[in-house]
Amino acid sequence: MKHLLTTIAASAMLLTTGLANASGELFIYNWTEYTPPALIEKFAKETGIKITVDTYDSNETLLAKLQSGATGYDLVVPSQNFVPILINEGLIQKIAVHELPNYKNMKDKWKYPEWDPQQEYSGPWQWGTTSFSYNSELYSGKGASLKEFFEPSDELQGRLSVFQTPDEVISLANIYLGLPFCSEDAKQMKKIQDMLLKQKESVVAYNSETMSDLMSSGEAMMTNHWNGFSRLGRTNGAPIVYAYPKEGVVGWFDSMVVPTGANNVENARKFINFIMDPVNMAMLTEEAGYGDAIKGTEAYYSDDLKSSPEVNPPSDLKVFFAPTCSPKAQSLIDKVWTKVMQ
Amino acid sequence: MTLWMPKTAAGKRWLGLAPSYIVIGIFMLIPMVIMGVFSFLEPNPYGGVMPEGSVAAYVKLFFEYDLEDNLVFNPGYINIIYRSFQLSIGATLLCLAFGFPVAYYITLQPEHKRNFYIFLITIPFWTNLLIRTFAWIIILGRGGVIEMPLLAAGIIEDSLRMMYTDGAIAIGLTYSYLPLMVLPIYASLEKLDFRLLEAATDLYANRLEVMTRVVIPLCKPGIIAGCILVFIPCLGAFIAPNLLGGGKKLMLGSLVQFQFASARNWPFGAALSMLLLAVVVVVLIFYARAAKKQAAIAGEG
Repeated sequence: MKHLLTTIAASAMLLTTGLANASGELFIYNWTEYTPPALIEKFAKETGIKITVDTYDSNETLLAKLQSGATGYDLVVPSQNFVPILINEGLIQKIAVHELPNYKNMKDKWKYPEWDPQQEYSGPWQWGTTSFSYNSELYSGKGASLKEFFEPSDELQGRLSVFQTPDEVISLANIYLGLPFCSEDAKQMKKIQDMLLKQKESVVAYNSETMSDLMSSGEAMMTNHWNGFSRLGRTNGAPIVYAYPKEGVVGWFDSMVVPTGANNVENARKFINFIMDPVNMAMLTEEAGYGDAIKGTEAYYSDDLKSSPEVNPPSDLKVFFAPTCSPKAQSLIDKVWTKVMQ
Repeated sequence: MTLWMPKTAAGKRWLGLAPSYIVIGIFMLIPMVIMGVFSFLEPNPYGGVMPEGSVAAYVKLFFEYDLEDNLVFNPGYINIIYRSFQLSIGATLLCLAFGFPVAYYITLQPEHKRNFYIFLITIPFWTNLLIRTFAWIIILGRGGVIEMPLLAAGIIEDSLRMMYTDGAIAIGLTYSYLPLMVLPIYASLEKLDFRLLEAATDLYANRLEVMTRVVIPLCKPGIIAGCILVFIPCLGAFIAPNLLGGGKKLMLGSLVQFQFASARNWPFGAALSMLLLAVVVVVLIFYARAAKKQAAIAGEG
């Protein structure tokens, strides 16, 4: 029994020293293939802070993880339409991003955005678009319309890959059908549901992580994709073309926020400030391949990035940023998706 | 320092068992109670639950409000449950078909070799299940390990389309849980008195009869234990259906995961887990009864 007490005391001591060491750490939870290792190394070298990165595949997964309670993450990267949800649910905290020294580097266009009007919570990561990509060697179409994705032709039978969560798929469907985002009208949502059920007959997999693998193996000829991730697949050697359909694409802005109860808030602020430096942001944009909201990064871009079609959309491309949906609209979206998934 | 020590034997037994009660309490009962409570609450549209009692989650198993808010019978989830059973039973039978001969073969080896073979059986557990399941994508996929030589030899012209099918899920499940079938069967075969086999042969039993009337009945507890160990995790699996089935044919496990992660209906996810739990309990009761009967027969003999 005495022995047991010693053990307990020893473990308690270990725990407290563990906490003391935590001051030099930062736990990041970010999307898959979205955190360049070189950037992490550079930050670690400059600050001595040890970073651990975990990944998720959708805003929904991130929200569920944060809702489930203490996660131990210090920094997460939601899209613009999920930031107000995280604020309202009390899941992220005010960290006065506008007071950080490098905030001055932000492009005016993206300062004080509508999802965080005081810029209390969020620092910029990347912004980009959601559309679809196709294998230009196998697929005969040109990706000119969202019709090719939502009403696939026979050649796509069993060769189409779609994201696993509804957020962006439904937004894209709204654009195609000319319906408003976050519709609370059951009849409109029924139209989307019917279309997605029909589309399912051609779907090989619902997937938000291994699109590039599916495309390079030829398992899929067309997939839901993000512009930068699609570029990654292409630069790795697969004949993938990112489509700019005439109806338009979904736009998103991902930003760094700090969950409530994070252990290393100051380290997270340091990291956000570090990322808002044009040199570092250019490194991120170079690897992730989307767009950034920081002045002066272009000077550091490689020629390859500057000439990539994925980051140089046609000038007449319509980009729609989805707002945060009301609970009623959200529950309709969830109903539609559950129906499609079963 | 004097410590309180129970005086009676029963008290000492309680104290001795206390660690296991604590472990079971913390790691099993408390999470189960939380799930049980959640299943009777209202979902919060942005994840989590709201503190309002409701049986909606259980109604949802069989009925749904369609987009126009009419309550209609919905066979969707029953289909998923049916599919889960089908695939789990299929995977269990496949495991048995492969696992029994392996276990039998190992039993027939000299002792030092046996331990080595058992060691080999456990090797897959050293690697993460997710990674092992990913490997099957490479094996079964288009132009993968199986298709490549067939394509090269001109035996097939187009892809066999093995990935993202029910068959791929069944293969993945079989692979994942095969060791759980081999080990209990081996454990019961190891105790088998092989003189009984000779005796059966002396009494003019042919090889098939020796197998069906002597070996299998004697190692039945191992077979049943193996089947349960495989069947139950199959029902709750979500890695194989997601990765190998392409997430378009949900099983119970992936449906539960989907409710918590994407659909944000925690009470429904919890209700599904409760249903899964009920199924497991029923299966275990059948097992306990069968085992009791077996023991009674053995006692008579």
